[in-house]
Amino acid sequence: MNAPGDAWNWFVSPQSWQGADGIPTRLGEHIFYSGVALLCAVAIAIPLGLLIGHSNRGGFVVVNSANAARALPTAGVLLLVVTLVGIGFLPVLVPLVALAIPPILVNTYEGIRQVEPELVDASRGVGLREGQVLRSVEIPVALPLILLGVRTAAIQIVATATIAAFVGLGGLGRYIFDGLARQEYAVMIGGAVLVVALALMTESAFVGIQKLVVSPGLRGR
Amino acid sequence: MDWEWVASHTELLKERLLEHLPMAILPVVFGLMISIPLGIACVRWPRMYPPVLAATSILYGLPSIALFALLLNFTGLSQATVIIPLTLYTLSVLVRNVVDGLRGVPESVRQAATAMGFSPLRRLVRVELPIASPVVFAGTRVATVSNISLASIGGLIGIGGLGQLFTDGFQLQQPTRIFVGIALTVILAVVADGILVIVQWVLTPWARRDRQTARRARRALVEATT
Repeated sequence: MNAPGDAWNWFVSPQSWQGADGIPTRLGEHIFYSGVALLCAVAIAIPLGLLIGHSNRGGFVVVNSANAARALPTAGVLLLVVTLVGIGFLPVLVPLVALAIPPILVNTYEGIRQVEPELVDASRGVGLREGQVLRSVEIPVALPLILLGVRTAAIQIVATATIAAFVGLGGLGRYIFDGLARQEYAVMIGGAVLVVALALMTESAFVGIQKLVVSPGLRGR
Repeated sequence: MDWEWVASHTELLKERLLEHLPMAILPVVFGLMISIPLGIACVRWPRMYPPVLAATSILYGLPSIALFALLLNFTGLSQATVIIPLTLYTLSVLVRNVVDGLRGVPESVRQAATAMGFSPLRRLVRVELPIASPVVFAGTRVATVSNISLASIGGLIGIGGLGQLFTDGFQLQQPTRIFVGIALTVILAVVADGILVIVQWVLTPWARRDRQTARRARRALVEATT
């Protein structure tokens, strides 16, 4: 068995790039699942992290319960939701969002908390209201750490979105589960390599975003 | 939620829990046994560090199910099929923490130890590793908690553990079984995390009052989760 060679042959064969089971389709599905899950997680975790970081209340609880939340087994949550509501996009979305919230929440909270208190006092001193302090001082200063949290979450989502295939949906996980079921290890390895490649691309995309949005004054650090 | 099922199946739950423990804990033990010497080597020869770091982060991005499926060919339906990939994941957290911890030892402390006549090896064991330990502990906590969760993958390939409750519950359309499996996984993780916090408190008495060490450990805990 020459698995890497077979995987390469699968990857370059024209059939692999066409139709509903083609790489572009599966890649698109995978990015769609991951993107929706990341948006949901961001919409929940960033406001909550900002609130807790700005008010500086409940931080201890956040850091420790986020660590406990990491213990939520993805496969268990997926199968529980499937058993309760049936097959669909929701059972895939719930565990992915649950997976992504802790890193975003903890980093947003830590980012806000690490803003120097003198800076916050000074901005209050020049007459900024609380909302303005948060918007124009704390968030920009905390942005590198917030983005780091989102990036970690995104990578974990991309690696885990393979589970969609476990309950019959699409995405790159199809290659892994179908390859396993049909004993076609070349397809399985090909699928796994594509997932790793997508995770690495996600990482570099976030490095790019970070360069664009982080204030030049902070980049020197 | 079917409490009667829970009450009448405590033996089964105990058995699943006992199957789960070695699959979750052994990877942390192996991970520490590999990453401490590897981390020390990366600090001693800094050129080694970037390739090691790159290798471990690629491993971390690998979907666990693919790794499990590949190993099935070699190790079959044994616990090794779960323990090997989880050890690799543990490395990606721990190597970084060992290196960061050792690099965080102040140069003045190192020089003081040398001046007191510590040999390099004794200095490492008696001075540098203890000072690095809060950061290493932070990584160990994160690795332990995520391993307890990831070990439930074992259930998907039918080798027992708490994950078996998920697949069985799914096949029997019995949400209680799945819910109990999730709850036990989270409880086990919280208890294991608590034990590590206590062990750390006992082993590092000097760190209890030292704010700087506490802040470093906290920071390491946050960083290890990212």
